[in-house]
Amino acid sequence: MTPEVLVEVSDLNFSYNTRPILKGINMTMKRGQVIAIMGGSGSGKTTLLRLIGGEVVPSSGYVKVSGQVVHQLDRDALFEIRRKMGMLFQFGALFTDLSVFDNVAFQMREHTDLPESMIRDLVLMKLHAVGLRGAHHLMPAELSGGMARRVALARSIALDPMLIMYDEPFTGLDPISLGVIGSLIRRMTDTLGMTSVIVTHDVQESLKIVDYVYFIADGVIAAHGTPAEVRDSVAPFVHQFVHGEVDGPVPFHYPAQSYRRDLNLEKALV
Amino acid sequence: MFKHLAASIRGVGHRTTEGIWQLGHATRFFLLVLLKSGTSFRRFGLVIRELYYVGVLSLIIIVVSGLFVGMVLGLQGYETLQKYGSESAVGTLVALSLVRELGPVVAALLFASRAGSAITAEIGLMKATEQLAAMGMMAVDPVARVVAPRFWAGVISMPFLAAIFSVMGVFGGYLVTVTFIGVDAGSFWSQMQSNVDFRIDILNGFIKSCFFGVAVTAIAVFEGYDSPPTAEGVSGATTRTVVTSSLVILGLDFILTAFMFRGI
Ligand SMILES: Nc1ncnc2c1ncn2[C@@H]1O[C@H](COP(=O)(O)OP(=O)(O)O)[C@@H](O)[C@H]1O
Ligand SMILES: [Mg+2]
Repeated sequence: MTPEVLVEVSDLNFSYNTRPILKGINMTMKRGQVIAIMGGSGSGKTTLLRLIGGEVVPSSGYVKVSGQVVHQLDRDALFEIRRKMGMLFQFGALFTDLSVFDNVAFQMREHTDLPESMIRDLVLMKLHAVGLRGAHHLMPAELSGGMARRVALARSIALDPMLIMYDEPFTGLDPISLGVIGSLIRRMTDTLGMTSVIVTHDVQESLKIVDYVYFIADGVIAAHGTPAEVRDSVAPFVHQFVHGEVDGPVPFHYPAQSYRRDLNLEKALV
Repeated sequence: MFKHLAASIRGVGHRTTEGIWQLGHATRFFLLVLLKSGTSFRRFGLVIRELYYVGVLSLIIIVVSGLFVGMVLGLQGYETLQKYGSESAVGTLVALSLVRELGPVVAALLFASRAGSAITAEIGLMKATEQLAAMGMMAVDPVARVVAPRFWAGVISMPFLAAIFSVMGVFGGYLVTVTFIGVDAGSFWSQMQSNVDFRIDILNGFIKSCFFGVAVTAIAVFEGYDSPPTAEGVSGATTRTVVTSSLVILGLDFILTAFMFRGI
Protein backbone atom coordinates (compact mmCIF):
# COMPACT_ATOMS: atom_id res chain seq x y z
CA MET A 1 0.00 0.00 0.00
CA THR A 2 1.56 3.27 -1.05
CA PRO A 3 1.18 6.12 1.41
CA GLU A 4 -1.15 8.91 0.52
CA VAL A 5 1.39 11.58 1.35
CA LEU A 6 4.36 11.61 -1.00
CA VAL A 7 6.35 14.58 0.28
CA GLU A 8 6.37 15.79 3.84
CA VAL A 9 8.35 18.88 4.78
CA SER A 10 8.63 19.27 8.51
CA ASP A 11 9.92 22.29 10.39
CA LEU A 12 12.58 22.79 7.76
CA ASN A 13 15.37 25.29 8.38
CA PHE A 14 18.15 26.07 5.98
CA SER A 15 20.94 28.65 5.83
CA TYR A 16 23.50 29.51 3.19
CA ASN A 17 26.65 30.16 5.20
CA THR A 18 25.01 31.80 8.19
CA ARG A 19 22.22 33.61 6.35
CA PRO A 20 18.92 31.88 7.09
CA ILE A 21 16.96 31.25 3.88
CA LEU A 22 14.16 29.00 5.10
CA LYS A 23 12.79 29.21 8.65
CA GLY A 24 10.47 26.48 9.82
CA ILE A 25 8.68 25.37 6.65
CA ASN A 26 5.92 22.77 6.90
CA MET A 27 4.20 21.29 3.85
CA THR A 28 2.48 18.12 2.77
CA MET A 29 2.13 17.04 -0.82
CA LYS A 30 -0.17 14.19 -1.71
CA ARG A 31 -0.20 11.85 -4.66
CA GLY A 32 -2.15 13.15 -7.61
CA GLN A 33 -1.79 16.75 -6.48
CA VAL A 34 -0.38 19.73 -8.29
CA ILE A 35 1.11 22.11 -5.76
CA ALA A 36 2.23 25.64 -6.46
CA ILE A 37 4.93 27.44 -4.50
CA MET A 38 4.89 31.19 -4.96
CA GLY A 39 6.97 33.99 -3.61
CA GLY A 40 9.23 36.81 -4.66
CA SER A 41 12.63 36.35 -6.20
CA GLY A 42 15.20 35.23 -3.67
CA SER A 43 12.59 33.99 -1.21
CA GLY A 44 14.10 30.49 -1.27
CA LYS A 45 11.79 28.60 -3.63
CA THR A 46 14.60 27.04 -5.65
CA THR A 47 16.39 26.23 -2.41
CA LEU A 48 13.31 24.40 -1.19
CA LEU A 49 13.29 22.25 -4.35
CA ARG A 50 16.98 21.51 -3.87
CA LEU A 51 16.23 20.37 -0.33
CA ILE A 52 13.49 18.05 -1.56
CA GLY A 53 15.87 16.61 -4.15
CA GLY A 54 18.54 16.06 -1.50
CA GLU A 55 21.02 18.34 -3.22
CA VAL A 56 21.57 20.37 -0.05
CA VAL A 57 21.17 19.32 3.58
CA PRO A 58 18.86 21.22 5.98
CA SER A 59 20.28 22.72 9.16
CA SER A 60 17.30 21.32 11.04
CA GLY A 61 13.99 19.64 10.28
CA TYR A 62 13.59 17.17 7.44
CA VAL A 63 12.06 16.37 4.09
CA LYS A 64 10.46 12.96 3.70
CA VAL A 65 9.83 11.61 0.24
CA SER A 66 7.86 8.40 0.07
CA GLY A 67 8.39 7.94 3.80
CA GLN A 68 12.19 8.29 3.70
CA VAL A 69 14.11 11.20 5.18
CA VAL A 70 16.01 12.48 2.16
CA HIS A 71 19.12 13.92 3.82
CA GLN A 72 19.75 10.78 5.87
CA LEU A 73 19.93 8.47 2.85
CA ASP A 74 23.29 7.16 1.70
CA ARG A 75 24.38 7.85 -1.86
CA ASP A 76 22.90 4.73 -3.43
CA ALA A 77 19.58 5.15 -1.69
CA LEU A 78 19.50 8.82 -2.64
CA PHE A 79 20.15 7.98 -6.30
CA GLU A 80 17.50 5.28 -6.08
CA ILE A 81 14.91 7.78 -4.93
CA ARG A 82 16.06 10.41 -7.41
CA ARG A 83 15.26 8.03 -10.25
CA LYS A 84 11.65 8.53 -9.27
CA MET A 85 11.99 12.31 -9.23
CA GLY A 86 12.13 14.72 -12.11
CA MET A 87 13.42 18.24 -11.81
CA LEU A 88 13.00 21.01 -14.32
CA PHE A 89 15.78 23.49 -13.62
CA GLN A 90 15.06 27.18 -13.77
CA PHE A 91 17.28 27.75 -16.78
CA GLY A 92 16.67 24.37 -18.39
CA ALA A 93 20.18 23.01 -17.77
CA LEU A 94 20.08 21.05 -21.02
CA PHE A 95 23.26 19.14 -21.82
CA THR A 96 24.85 21.42 -24.38
CA ASP A 97 26.93 18.68 -25.98
CA LEU A 98 23.86 16.54 -26.75
CA SER A 99 21.07 17.13 -29.25
CA VAL A 100 17.48 17.69 -28.16
CA PHE A 101 16.76 14.03 -28.88
CA ASP A 102 19.75 12.78 -26.88
CA ASN A 103 18.88 15.07 -23.99
CA VAL A 104 15.44 13.52 -23.65
CA ALA A 105 16.87 10.03 -24.21
CA PHE A 106 19.61 10.57 -21.63
CA GLN A 107 17.93 8.99 -18.63
CA MET A 108 16.41 6.17 -20.66
CA ARG A 109 19.87 5.22 -21.87
CA GLU A 110 21.46 5.61 -18.44
CA HIS A 111 18.86 3.81 -16.38
CA THR A 112 17.09 1.33 -18.63
CA ASP A 113 18.00 -1.40 -21.09
CA LEU A 114 15.32 -0.38 -23.57
CA PRO A 115 16.17 -1.04 -27.21
CA GLU A 116 17.05 2.00 -29.26
CA SER A 117 13.89 1.70 -31.37
CA MET A 118 11.70 1.94 -28.29
CA ILE A 119 13.73 4.83 -26.89
CA ARG A 120 13.17 6.60 -30.19
CA ASP A 121 9.42 6.19 -29.94
CA LEU A 122 9.35 7.30 -26.30
CA VAL A 123 11.50 10.34 -26.94
CA LEU A 124 9.37 11.44 -29.87
CA MET A 125 6.24 11.00 -27.74
CA LYS A 126 7.68 13.14 -24.95
CA LEU A 127 8.79 15.79 -27.43
CA HIS A 128 5.39 15.70 -29.11
CA ALA A 129 3.77 16.42 -25.76
CA VAL A 130 5.69 19.69 -25.51
CA GLY A 131 5.18 20.48 -29.19
CA LEU A 132 8.80 20.06 -30.25
CA ARG A 133 8.87 16.71 -32.04
CA GLY A 134 10.09 18.47 -35.15
CA ALA A 135 13.03 19.99 -33.29
CA HIS A 136 14.53 16.70 -32.13
CA HIS A 137 17.66 17.07 -34.24
CA LEU A 138 18.56 20.58 -33.03
CA MET A 139 21.31 21.34 -30.56
CA PRO A 140 20.44 23.28 -27.37
CA ALA A 141 22.31 26.32 -28.66
CA GLU A 142 19.84 26.51 -31.55
CA LEU A 143 16.79 26.79 -29.28
CA SER A 144 15.09 29.86 -27.89
CA GLY A 145 14.77 30.16 -24.11
CA GLY A 146 11.15 29.01 -24.15
CA MET A 147 11.91 26.07 -26.43
CA ALA A 148 14.83 25.02 -24.23
CA ARG A 149 12.54 25.00 -21.21
CA ARG A 150 10.02 22.83 -23.03
CA VAL A 151 12.76 20.38 -23.98
CA ALA A 152 13.89 20.37 -20.36
CA LEU A 153 10.29 19.62 -19.40
CA ALA A 154 10.21 16.68 -21.82
CA ARG A 155 13.49 15.46 -20.37
CA SER A 156 12.27 15.68 -16.78
CA ILE A 157 9.22 13.51 -17.56
CA ALA A 158 11.27 11.01 -19.58
CA LEU A 159 11.00 8.18 -17.08
CA ASP A 160 7.50 9.01 -15.80
CA PRO A 161 8.66 9.90 -12.26
CA MET A 162 6.35 9.93 -9.25
CA LEU A 163 7.39 13.45 -8.27
CA ILE A 164 8.23 16.26 -10.63
CA MET A 165 9.50 19.62 -9.51
CA TYR A 166 9.23 22.48 -11.96
CA ASP A 167 11.29 25.57 -11.26
CA GLU A 168 9.46 28.41 -13.00
CA PRO A 169 8.27 26.38 -15.99
CA PHE A 170 6.17 29.21 -17.40
CA THR A 171 8.80 31.92 -17.51
CA GLY A 172 9.64 32.86 -21.06
CA LEU A 173 6.73 30.99 -22.63
CA ASP A 174 4.25 32.59 -24.98
CA PRO A 175 0.60 32.49 -23.81
CA ILE A 176 -0.29 29.57 -26.07
CA SER A 177 2.48 27.21 -24.98
CA LEU A 178 1.94 28.42 -21.44
CA GLY A 179 -1.62 27.16 -21.48
CA VAL A 180 -0.60 23.94 -23.22
CA ILE A 181 2.19 23.22 -20.75
CA GLY A 182 -0.07 24.04 -17.80
CA SER A 183 -2.73 21.60 -18.87
CA LEU A 184 -0.06 19.04 -19.78
CA ILE A 185 1.22 19.15 -16.21
CA ARG A 186 -2.30 18.74 -14.87
CA ARG A 187 -3.12 15.87 -17.21
CA MET A 188 0.11 13.98 -16.52
CA THR A 189 -0.38 14.33 -12.81
CA ASP A 190 -3.91 12.94 -13.06
CA THR A 191 -3.26 10.08 -15.44
CA LEU A 192 -0.02 8.89 -13.89
CA GLY A 193 -1.01 9.57 -10.28
CA MET A 194 2.18 11.51 -9.72
CA THR A 195 2.79 14.67 -7.72
CA SER A 196 3.81 17.93 -9.34
CA VAL A 197 5.39 20.86 -7.55
CA ILE A 198 5.45 24.08 -9.52
CA VAL A 199 7.47 27.09 -8.51
CA THR A 200 5.90 29.93 -10.39
CA HIS A 201 5.08 33.60 -10.60
CA ASP A 202 2.25 33.03 -13.01
CA VAL A 203 -0.67 33.25 -10.61
CA GLN A 204 -3.55 33.22 -13.07
CA GLU A 205 -2.27 30.28 -15.08
CA SER A 206 -1.28 28.19 -12.08
CA LEU A 207 -4.47 28.83 -10.09
CA LYS A 208 -6.34 27.17 -12.97
CA ILE A 209 -4.45 23.90 -12.64
CA VAL A 210 -3.22 23.52 -9.07
CA ASP A 211 -4.79 21.89 -6.02
CA TYR A 212 -2.96 23.81 -3.36
CA VAL A 213 -0.83 26.94 -3.09
CA TYR A 214 1.92 27.90 -0.66
CA PHE A 215 3.21 31.47 -0.50
CA ILE A 216 6.75 31.82 0.78
CA ALA A 217 8.06 35.14 1.99
CA ASP A 218 11.04 35.94 4.19
CA GLY A 219 11.74 32.26 4.61
CA VAL A 220 8.37 31.35 6.11
CA ILE A 221 5.05 30.26 4.67
CA ALA A 222 3.11 33.50 4.58
CA ALA A 223 -0.13 31.94 3.42
CA HIS A 224 -1.48 28.72 1.98
CA GLY A 225 -4.74 27.31 0.73
CA THR A 226 -6.72 25.96 -2.19
CA PRO A 227 -7.08 28.16 -5.28
CA ALA A 228 -10.59 29.13 -4.20
CA GLU A 229 -9.38 30.14 -0.75
CA VAL A 230 -6.50 32.04 -2.28
CA ARG A 231 -8.72 33.92 -4.71
CA ASP A 232 -11.02 35.02 -1.91
CA SER A 233 -8.26 35.73 0.53
CA VAL A 234 -8.36 39.12 2.15
CA ALA A 235 -4.80 38.92 3.40
CA PRO A 236 -3.26 41.91 1.66
CA PHE A 237 -0.18 39.98 0.70
CA VAL A 238 -2.10 37.23 -1.05
CA HIS A 239 -4.59 39.62 -2.55
CA GLN A 240 -1.88 41.70 -4.07
CA PHE A 241 0.00 38.70 -5.40
CA VAL A 242 -3.07 37.06 -6.88
CA HIS A 243 -4.37 40.17 -8.52
CA GLY A 244 -0.95 41.38 -9.52
CA GLU A 245 -1.41 44.82 -8.06
CA VAL A 246 1.87 46.57 -8.56
CA ASP A 247 0.97 49.46 -6.30
CA GLY A 248 -0.62 47.46 -3.52
CA PRO A 249 -0.34 48.53 0.09
CA VAL A 250 2.32 45.88 0.64
CA PRO A 251 5.45 45.38 -1.41
CA PHE A 252 4.78 41.81 -2.40
CA HIS A 253 8.07 40.48 -1.02
CA TYR A 254 6.95 40.90 2.54
CA PRO A 255 4.50 38.79 4.48
CA ALA A 256 2.00 40.51 6.74
CA GLN A 257 3.87 39.83 9.98
CA SER A 258 7.04 41.29 8.63
CA TYR A 259 5.18 44.35 7.44
CA ARG A 260 3.83 45.02 10.91
CA ARG A 261 7.25 44.59 12.35
CA ASP A 262 8.50 47.22 9.99
CA LEU A 263 9.88 49.95 12.25
CA ASN A 264 8.68 52.95 10.34
CA LEU A 265 5.17 51.65 10.16
CA GLU A 266 4.99 50.86 13.86
CA LYS A 267 6.18 54.35 14.68
CA ALA A 268 3.56 55.81 12.39
CA LEU A 269 0.82 53.76 14.05
CA VAL A 270 1.76 54.83 17.56
CA MET B 1 55.93 48.01 12.67
CA PHE B 2 55.70 44.85 14.76
CA LYS B 3 52.06 44.52 13.86
CA HIS B 4 52.98 44.80 10.20
CA LEU B 5 55.47 42.00 10.49
CA ALA B 6 53.04 39.78 12.36
CA ALA B 7 50.39 40.44 9.75
CA SER B 8 52.65 39.52 6.86
CA ILE B 9 53.83 36.35 8.60
CA ARG B 10 50.22 35.49 9.27
CA GLY B 11 49.51 36.12 5.59
CA VAL B 12 52.25 33.72 4.53
CA GLY B 13 51.02 31.09 6.93
CA HIS B 14 47.48 31.59 5.80
CA ARG B 15 48.38 31.20 2.15
CA THR B 16 50.46 28.13 2.89
CA THR B 17 47.68 26.34 4.72
CA GLU B 18 45.27 27.42 1.99
CA GLY B 19 47.58 25.94 -0.66
CA ILE B 20 48.02 22.69 1.24
CA TRP B 21 44.32 22.47 1.81
CA GLN B 22 43.68 22.94 -1.92
CA LEU B 23 46.30 20.32 -2.75
CA GLY B 24 44.58 17.87 -0.43
CA HIS B 25 41.27 18.74 -2.01
CA ALA B 26 42.71 18.09 -5.48
CA THR B 27 44.25 14.80 -4.39
CA ARG B 28 40.98 13.62 -2.95
CA PHE B 29 39.20 14.55 -6.16
CA PHE B 30 41.84 12.68 -8.19
CA LEU B 31 41.28 9.54 -6.10
CA LEU B 32 37.54 9.98 -6.50
CA VAL B 33 37.93 10.09 -10.28
CA LEU B 34 40.00 6.90 -10.22
CA LEU B 35 37.46 5.25 -7.96
CA LYS B 36 34.61 6.13 -10.30
CA SER B 37 36.37 5.12 -13.50
CA GLY B 38 34.45 1.85 -13.74
CA THR B 39 31.82 3.41 -15.99
CA SER B 40 34.48 4.69 -18.38
CA PHE B 41 35.76 1.20 -19.01
CA ARG B 42 32.43 -0.57 -18.99
CA ARG B 43 31.13 1.92 -21.53
CA PHE B 44 34.27 2.64 -23.46
CA GLY B 45 32.26 4.54 -26.05
CA LEU B 46 32.18 7.46 -23.63
CA VAL B 47 35.99 7.59 -23.64
CA ILE B 48 36.20 7.18 -27.41
CA ARG B 49 33.91 10.14 -27.90
CA GLU B 50 36.20 12.26 -25.71
CA LEU B 51 39.29 10.87 -27.44
CA TYR B 52 38.04 12.64 -30.52
CA TYR B 53 37.70 16.00 -28.78
CA VAL B 54 40.81 15.69 -26.66
CA GLY B 55 43.16 13.76 -28.92
CA VAL B 56 42.15 14.01 -32.55
CA LEU B 57 41.47 17.72 -32.43
CA SER B 58 44.96 18.26 -30.94
CA LEU B 59 46.58 16.45 -33.85
CA ILE B 60 47.00 19.43 -36.17
CA ILE B 61 48.89 21.58 -33.70
CA ILE B 62 51.06 18.60 -32.66
CA VAL B 63 51.91 17.64 -36.25
CA VAL B 64 52.74 21.16 -37.37
CA SER B 65 54.75 22.03 -34.26
CA GLY B 66 56.63 18.73 -34.39
CA LEU B 67 57.61 19.36 -37.99
CA PHE B 68 58.92 22.84 -37.28
CA VAL B 69 60.76 21.86 -34.11
CA GLY B 70 62.47 19.04 -36.04
CA MET B 71 63.41 21.38 -38.86
CA VAL B 72 64.95 23.86 -36.47
CA LEU B 73 66.82 21.10 -34.67
CA GLY B 74 68.15 19.87 -38.00
CA LEU B 75 69.39 23.33 -39.02
CA GLN B 76 70.97 24.13 -35.66
CA GLY B 77 72.46 20.67 -35.29
CA TYR B 78 73.94 20.74 -38.76
CA GLU B 79 75.47 24.17 -38.22
CA THR B 80 77.30 23.02 -35.11
CA LEU B 81 78.19 19.47 -36.13
CA GLN B 82 79.67 20.37 -39.51
CA LYS B 83 82.31 22.43 -37.71
CA TYR B 84 83.66 19.13 -36.40
CA GLY B 85 83.04 17.30 -39.63
CA SER B 86 80.46 15.05 -38.07
CA GLU B 87 77.34 16.28 -39.83
CA SER B 88 76.24 12.69 -40.39
CA ALA B 89 75.44 12.56 -36.64
CA VAL B 90 72.71 15.13 -37.13
CA GLY B 91 70.09 12.37 -37.34
CA THR B 92 71.11 11.07 -33.94
CA LEU B 93 71.00 14.54 -32.46
CA VAL B 94 67.53 15.26 -33.79
CA ALA B 95 66.11 11.92 -32.76
CA LEU B 96 67.58 11.88 -29.27
CA SER B 97 66.51 15.45 -28.47
CA LEU B 98 63.00 14.69 -29.64
CA VAL B 99 62.48 11.26 -28.15
CA ARG B 100 64.03 12.01 -24.77
CA GLU B 101 62.97 15.60 -24.17
CA LEU B 102 61.24 17.76 -26.71
CA GLY B 103 58.68 15.21 -27.85
CA PRO B 104 57.14 14.53 -24.43
CA VAL B 105 57.64 18.04 -23.03
CA VAL B 106 56.61 20.25 -25.94
CA ALA B 107 53.74 17.94 -26.88
CA ALA B 108 52.53 18.08 -23.28
CA LEU B 109 52.79 21.88 -23.17
CA LEU B 110 50.80 22.13 -26.40
CA PHE B 111 48.35 19.56 -25.12
CA ALA B 112 47.81 21.56 -21.93
CA SER B 113 46.96 24.71 -23.82
CA ARG B 114 44.91 23.03 -26.52
CA ALA B 115 43.05 20.20 -24.78
CA GLY B 116 43.56 20.93 -21.07
CA SER B 117 42.05 24.38 -21.30
CA ALA B 118 39.14 23.02 -23.35
CA ILE B 119 38.41 20.34 -20.76
CA THR B 120 38.46 22.87 -17.93
CA ALA B 121 36.24 25.32 -19.78
CA GLU B 122 33.75 22.64 -20.76
CA ILE B 123 33.40 21.12 -17.30
CA GLY B 124 33.34 24.58 -15.70
CA LEU B 125 30.57 25.76 -18.00
CA MET B 126 28.59 22.57 -17.46
CA LYS B 127 28.79 23.31 -13.76
CA ALA B 128 27.91 27.00 -14.14
CA THR B 129 24.84 26.18 -16.25
CA GLU B 130 23.70 23.58 -13.70
CA GLN B 131 24.15 20.70 -16.15
CA LEU B 132 26.14 18.78 -13.57
CA ALA B 133 23.51 19.42 -10.90
CA ALA B 134 20.79 18.34 -13.33
CA MET B 135 22.71 15.15 -14.05
CA GLY B 136 23.01 14.47 -10.34
CA MET B 137 19.26 14.98 -9.95
CA MET B 138 18.78 12.36 -12.67
CA ALA B 139 20.70 9.93 -10.47
CA VAL B 140 23.69 9.93 -12.79
CA ASP B 141 27.02 10.69 -11.15
CA PRO B 142 28.71 13.57 -13.01
CA VAL B 143 32.18 12.48 -11.87
CA ALA B 144 31.67 9.04 -13.39
CA ARG B 145 29.79 10.23 -16.47
CA VAL B 146 31.51 13.52 -17.36
CA VAL B 147 34.85 13.79 -15.56
CA ALA B 148 36.29 10.26 -15.71
CA PRO B 149 35.88 9.72 -19.49
CA ARG B 150 37.62 13.02 -20.20
CA PHE B 151 40.40 12.14 -17.79
CA TRP B 152 41.06 8.78 -19.42
CA ALA B 153 40.83 10.21 -22.91
CA GLY B 154 43.58 12.68 -21.97
CA VAL B 155 45.73 10.00 -20.35
CA ILE B 156 45.43 7.77 -23.41
CA SER B 157 45.99 10.53 -25.99
CA MET B 158 49.12 12.05 -24.50
CA PRO B 159 51.67 9.28 -25.29
CA PHE B 160 50.34 8.98 -28.84
CA LEU B 161 50.55 12.71 -29.38
CA ALA B 162 54.10 12.80 -28.01
CA ALA B 163 55.09 9.92 -30.30
CA ILE B 164 53.53 11.64 -33.30
CA PHE B 165 55.35 14.84 -32.35
CA SER B 166 58.68 12.99 -32.29
CA VAL B 167 58.02 11.22 -35.58
CA MET B 168 57.10 14.48 -37.28
CA GLY B 169 60.18 16.11 -35.77
CA VAL B 170 62.50 13.43 -37.15
CA PHE B 171 60.83 13.83 -40.51
CA GLY B 172 61.32 17.60 -40.31
CA GLY B 173 65.00 17.13 -39.46
CA TYR B 174 65.33 14.73 -42.39
CA LEU B 175 63.68 17.23 -44.75
CA VAL B 176 66.05 20.03 -43.82
CA THR B 177 69.33 18.17 -43.54
CA VAL B 178 69.01 15.44 -46.16
CA THR B 179 66.67 16.92 -48.74
CA PHE B 180 67.74 20.56 -48.63
CA ILE B 181 71.30 20.63 -47.25
CA GLY B 182 72.36 17.33 -48.74
CA VAL B 183 73.54 15.24 -45.81
CA ASP B 184 73.85 11.60 -46.83
CA ALA B 185 70.55 9.85 -46.19
CA GLY B 186 72.18 6.51 -45.41
CA SER B 187 74.37 7.85 -42.63
CA PHE B 188 71.50 10.01 -41.31
CA TRP B 189 69.38 6.94 -40.70
CA SER B 190 72.05 4.40 -39.78
CA GLN B 191 73.66 6.65 -37.18
CA MET B 192 70.26 7.30 -35.70
CA GLN B 193 69.45 3.61 -35.67
CA SER B 194 72.62 2.57 -33.91
CA ASN B 195 72.58 5.36 -31.33
CA VAL B 196 68.95 5.51 -30.23
CA ASP B 197 68.28 2.83 -27.68
CA PHE B 198 64.80 1.44 -27.34
CA ARG B 199 64.78 1.02 -23.58
CA ILE B 200 66.85 3.99 -22.50
CA ASP B 201 65.53 6.54 -24.94
CA ILE B 202 62.20 5.56 -26.43
CA LEU B 203 60.71 3.79 -23.43
CA ASN B 204 61.77 6.53 -21.03
CA GLY B 205 60.29 9.16 -23.32
CA PHE B 206 57.09 7.18 -23.41
CA ILE B 207 56.99 6.94 -19.61
CA LYS B 208 57.50 10.69 -19.36
CA SER B 209 54.58 11.38 -21.66
CA CYS B 210 52.37 9.07 -19.59
CA PHE B 211 53.20 11.04 -16.45
CA PHE B 212 52.51 14.31 -18.26
CA GLY B 213 49.20 13.01 -19.58
CA VAL B 214 48.00 12.11 -16.09
CA ALA B 215 49.22 15.41 -14.62
CA VAL B 216 47.74 17.70 -17.30
CA THR B 217 44.37 16.00 -17.48
CA ALA B 218 44.04 15.65 -13.72
CA ILE B 219 44.71 19.37 -13.31
CA ALA B 220 42.30 20.21 -16.12
CA VAL B 221 39.36 18.20 -14.78
CA PHE B 222 39.97 19.36 -11.21
CA GLU B 223 40.11 23.04 -12.17
CA GLY B 224 36.93 22.68 -14.21
CA TYR B 225 35.02 20.83 -11.52
CA ASP B 226 36.26 23.17 -8.79
CA SER B 227 35.71 26.43 -10.67
CA PRO B 228 33.25 28.99 -9.27
CA PRO B 229 30.05 28.77 -11.33
CA THR B 230 30.44 32.15 -13.01
CA ALA B 231 31.99 33.49 -16.21
CA GLU B 232 35.02 34.88 -14.36
CA GLY B 233 35.30 31.69 -12.37
CA VAL B 234 35.53 29.56 -15.50
CA SER B 235 37.97 31.84 -17.31
CA GLY B 236 40.18 32.00 -14.21
CA ALA B 237 40.13 28.22 -13.94
CA THR B 238 41.10 27.86 -17.61
CA THR B 239 44.10 30.12 -17.15
CA ARG B 240 45.11 28.24 -14.01
CA THR B 241 44.98 24.96 -15.88
CA VAL B 242 47.46 26.16 -18.49
CA VAL B 243 49.81 27.84 -16.00
CA THR B 244 49.78 25.06 -13.41
CA SER B 245 50.11 22.28 -16.00
CA SER B 246 53.04 24.00 -17.69
CA LEU B 247 54.90 24.39 -14.40
CA VAL B 248 54.11 20.84 -13.35
CA ILE B 249 55.27 19.48 -16.72
CA LEU B 250 58.62 21.24 -16.50
CA GLY B 251 59.12 20.34 -12.84
CA LEU B 252 58.15 16.72 -13.40
CA ASP B 253 60.41 16.56 -16.43
CA PHE B 254 63.40 17.54 -14.33
CA ILE B 255 62.63 14.95 -11.68
CA LEU B 256 61.94 12.19 -14.19
CA THR B 257 65.07 13.00 -16.20
CA ALA B 258 67.17 12.91 -13.06
CA PHE B 259 65.84 9.47 -12.21
CA MET B 260 66.01 8.04 -15.72
CA PHE B 261 69.25 9.22 -17.18
CA ARG B 262 71.38 9.90 -14.13
CA GLY B 263 70.15 6.91 -12.25
CA ILE B 264 69.95 8.76 -8.94
N1 LIG C 1 24.85 28.76 -3.61
C1 LIG C 1 24.42 29.79 -2.86
N2 LIG C 1 25.22 30.36 -1.95
C2 LIG C 1 24.80 31.37 -1.19
N3 LIG C 1 23.58 31.92 -1.26
C3 LIG C 1 22.72 31.41 -2.16
C4 LIG C 1 23.10 30.32 -3.02
N4 LIG C 1 22.03 30.03 -3.80
C5 LIG C 1 21.06 30.88 -3.45
N5 LIG C 1 21.46 31.71 -2.48
C6 LIG C 1 20.65 32.76 -1.84
O1 LIG C 1 19.52 32.13 -1.27
C7 LIG C 1 18.38 32.92 -1.46
C8 LIG C 1 17.26 32.09 -2.04
O2 LIG C 1 17.63 31.71 -3.35
P1 LIG C 1 16.63 30.91 -4.27
O3 LIG C 1 16.14 29.72 -3.54
O4 LIG C 1 17.35 30.66 -5.54
O5 LIG C 1 15.46 31.95 -4.50
P2 LIG C 1 14.21 31.87 -5.49
O6 LIG C 1 13.01 31.92 -4.60
O7 LIG C 1 14.27 33.10 -6.34
O8 LIG C 1 14.32 30.63 -6.27
C9 LIG C 1 18.77 34.09 -2.34
O9 LIG C 1 18.81 35.25 -1.53
C10 LIG C 1 20.12 33.76 -2.84
O10 LIG C 1 20.91 34.92 -2.86
MG1 LIG D 1 14.62 30.32 -8.20
